[in-house]
Amino acid sequence: MSDKVLLDYGSGGRASQRLVSELFLAAFDNEELSRLNDAAVLDLSGPVAVSTDSFTVDPIFFPGGDIGSLAVHGTVNDVAMLGATPRYLTCGFIIEEGLPMEDLRRIVASMAKAAREAGVLVVTGDTKVVPKGACDRIFINTTGIGEIIVQPTPSAERAAPGDAVLVSGNMGDHGLAILSKRQGLSFEAPVESDSAALNHLIVSLVQSLPQVHVLRDPTRGGLATTLNEIAASSGTGILVRESVLPITDAVRSGCSFLGLDPLYLANEGKFICILPQELAEKALRIMRADPLGRDACQIGVVTEENPKKVILETPIGGKRLLGMLEGEQLPRIC
Amino acid sequence: MDLFAGFRDPAIARALLEKIRGETRGVRFMEVCGTHTVAIFQSGLHSLLPENIVHLTGPGCPVCVTHDAEVAAYLEAAAKDKVIIATFGDLMKVPGPGGASLKSAQADGARVKVVYSPSDALALARDNPDDTVVFIGVGFETTAPGMAATVKMARAEGLSNFKVLSFHKLVPPALEALLSDPGMEIEAFILPGHVSAVIGAGAYRPLAEKFKVPAVVAGFEPLDILQGLIILIEMLREGRHGVVNQYTRVVTEDGNAKARALVAEVFETSDALWRGIGTIPGSGLTFAKEYADFDALAALGIELKETPPIKGCMCGDVLKGKLAPNKCPLFKKACTPARPVGPCMVSSEGSCAAYFKYNLES
Repeated sequence: MSDKVLLDYGSGGRASQRLVSELFLAAFDNEELSRLNDAAVLDLSGPVAVSTDSFTVDPIFFPGGDIGSLAVHGTVNDVAMLGATPRYLTCGFIIEEGLPMEDLRRIVASMAKAAREAGVLVVTGDTKVVPKGACDRIFINTTGIGEIIVQPTPSAERAAPGDAVLVSGNMGDHGLAILSKRQGLSFEAPVESDSAALNHLIVSLVQSLPQVHVLRDPTRGGLATTLNEIAASSGTGILVRESVLPITDAVRSGCSFLGLDPLYLANEGKFICILPQELAEKALRIMRADPLGRDACQIGVVTEENPKKVILETPIGGKRLLGMLEGEQLPRIC
Repeated sequence: MDLFAGFRDPAIARALLEKIRGETRGVRFMEVCGTHTVAIFQSGLHSLLPENIVHLTGPGCPVCVTHDAEVAAYLEAAAKDKVIIATFGDLMKVPGPGGASLKSAQADGARVKVVYSPSDALALARDNPDDTVVFIGVGFETTAPGMAATVKMARAEGLSNFKVLSFHKLVPPALEALLSDPGMEIEAFILPGHVSAVIGAGAYRPLAEKFKVPAVVAGFEPLDILQGLIILIEMLREGRHGVVNQYTRVVTEDGNAKARALVAEVFETSDALWRGIGTIPGSGLTFAKEYADFDALAALGIELKETPPIKGCMCGDVLKGKLAPNKCPLFKKACTPARPVGPCMVSSEGSCAAYFKYNLES
């Protein structure tokens, strides 16, 4: 194959076949994919969770991950948040002509590793190569399919007054790692993305505690926006104590430098868990036993007061709204 | 080690708050700086202050005071061929005449890059030698020295495709305009910490003397602001006026002479347009003769033109401390961060945006 992705590789002809067999089949290696049928046959039982997501992240390689691993983690986590075991992934690549083949190899290898670690099979896929300028290097779409293992499934509208609000770890690492690495910025924060597949941790959590009311991963829009979505759909209030929010000093000072709020930064390896207060300690023990949840803590409670609002109690005892993110976070002047 | 933890100590904050609550003398104070506005809301102080401490927000948000005519000028620049606009992120959503913004200009094909510093814009000019990179120079005394240093770097490198729209504004002339307003109801000022680091606490003394007003230069942590308020209450109770520097860890009496010298070399003072206030004499910075070739207005043949006021927008009264943001008839109705009518709702440091975003009663 040439050292760059050419339009030929999306032609459907021999060049396409070479790309598929030498790169994708070799990396994702599984029986179903290698049949190369028009569709995959899946072996599933019971109710099924499905989620799809498209990944267009810039830069495509960042501290702690890349667009390939992110495309696996993001969709695996979305499926897992329904209290499901992700089993299969589909993936579609839209590649800009001229992408170095080495970059594509790295991305595909990273996806394959992420899928192996998450225990999911990539069973079908698609590749399109578009002319230079028609997309930004590479876009990846993944669809995840999993078996639901807990009923009723965790869902935002099930948050109830008195519930504990837990997070599995530090907030904002992924968002700051991406923003500070973005082309044109002179600032680079000493943080790595937290991108990771949470499904194994989620499975052990819901198997022990099927009473979990809500599981959500606070990706784009961050913790604040996700909590607002939960408050809105359950009609409850959420009170968050700022003094216990887990945010590293590096993220705190990086955000301060760039004029950003860590509570609105994306996370790709963290989740919010809302469940009855009396089960909170047990949930935290399970989360902290896994390296991906070692910094888990309770950050607040679900309340009857202030329905559909998220209130932040500051360390000095003041209260303020923690609203939804409006558009994208932009750096301020001073 | 968190160097700021001591200035956020909850126990000390509670003790200072109790002291303020125990005072019978209140204060109608204005904080001039947008960073203070956000700090007061973010820390939850706004919800903790007793009723006789009336918090008014001032003209210290650089985005809020950027005049319609200036917005129209940079949008005109953005629409030109072979022009790349470099801007701080805050300006992206500011609506100009007719509701257009840099965001909408970008969607229409304008080349707009959000940068974090003027030197990022310089790099853009270096990387795009066939285009003209226009940096939108908004901000106060805090951002002007960095701008001046960048212009000098561009000169040294011989980068002729780097231009600046200098819409910088100066705080003391704006304070003078506020204090000269016969309808002013402000009793005391919390002066901006960052601006004061450059111009020094002494820069405000003639004003405090002339208008017999108490003022304190304060830092941005909760304890700084609470201590600043206690100083103001004591000054009012004792009938004293003048400037007290609470922020001594950053601000000196004379400020940063090097920064001021840089600004004085590259720029000269001029009259400037302030949104909601109008023209304030000697409150802007335009390029000095020796650096006139960096002036984007001249280079692109753009003139600042009169623009009709925005119908119903009361940002001017908000900026002058005459109207609380949530008392504006448009607040949260016609004017929201998603569809801002006036500039105070646009900026992350704008007073209306702060009320909308943080205030429980809003």
